[in-house]
Amino acid sequence: MKVFAFVLVIVTGIMLVVTAADFPAWGDAHSPPNQYLSTHYITQAEHETAVPNMVTAVLADYRGFDTMFETAVVFCAGLAIAAILGHEKKKRYVVRRKALPKTEEGDIIIRMATRFLVPVTQLFAMYVIAHGHHSPGGGFQGGVILAATFILMTLAFDLKTILGRFSEKMTLIWANVGLFIYAGIGVLCVLLGSRFLEYSALHKILPGTDEIMARSHSMLGVEIGVALTVMSMLFAIYAHLVSKGRLEDGL
Amino acid sequence: MIWQFDLFILVLLVITALVALKVRDLLSAAMIFSIYSLLMCLLWAEMGAVDVAFTEAAVGAGLSTVFLIATILRTTRRTTD
Repeated sequence: MKVFAFVLVIVTGIMLVVTAADFPAWGDAHSPPNQYLSTHYITQAEHETAVPNMVTAVLADYRGFDTMFETAVVFCAGLAIAAILGHEKKKRYVVRRKALPKTEEGDIIIRMATRFLVPVTQLFAMYVIAHGHHSPGGGFQGGVILAATFILMTLAFDLKTILGRFSEKMTLIWANVGLFIYAGIGVLCVLLGSRFLEYSALHKILPGTDEIMARSHSMLGVEIGVALTVMSMLFAIYAHLVSKGRLEDGL
Repeated sequence: MIWQFDLFILVLLVITALVALKVRDLLSAAMIFSIYSLLMCLLWAEMGAVDVAFTEAAVGAGLSTVFLIATILRTTRRTTD
């Protein structure tokens, strides 16, 4: 079996290398993908959306549909893990697996450092979300950093305390709210007489904006939705993984 | 773009990838995988894809390592194959 797998990997590798020779040269300005679409994004993105960070403009506006379903994928992954591991909650464990070394109260230095670190990190995460238009970052990265602060708190204190503040139910609700914000902005565009996720129609209800600024502002709304979903779902995944779905004792 | 730097990171990247596959202790493999992500992040940043580098640092080197370690501590630390 191992020999078969090895041969399969080698053959696939050779085929990939052979195919790669047919690709257009790296950075070739005359290759088909670089001729129309990329040129349009590079030259027009800032005029059309007032967003200097081209990557955000493509992700949240031109390719908004993709990003919406990426968020949905994160949501589904969290749901699947909760469904598989949450099932264990009902079973009574007769034999506990080897007990992890108990840290009684946790170290006071770690707890105090966490107390100082978490607000700063969360503020930075919000900056990453809100400033994703102008600098690298955006909803996904900001949401991951927010989830990391929650994980840091569960490491410094214990899982039960943090789940008391941000329970499994709340993670589900916030993940739903995030996805709802994203899809809601899309539907709002339809209601205002445009196409799904075509943000320029939103200038009718956003005061003081024109069609271009409306796109920029709706991208922020969309990023906030992504961040909410990613934050709560990644924290829920961690909470389930680390406690084998029982949501009692963490690491 | 400094090609010597690129090459150095690329060699390290291949080494860490092979070591992460070969090592028997899964916890070490998870940590080496985290180093792999960090090198990948350096490579992205060096090639000018700062957005991707940011994501790689946050997701690859940060959260996925935490997930792997959490899973290893709750299952088994030794590989069987």
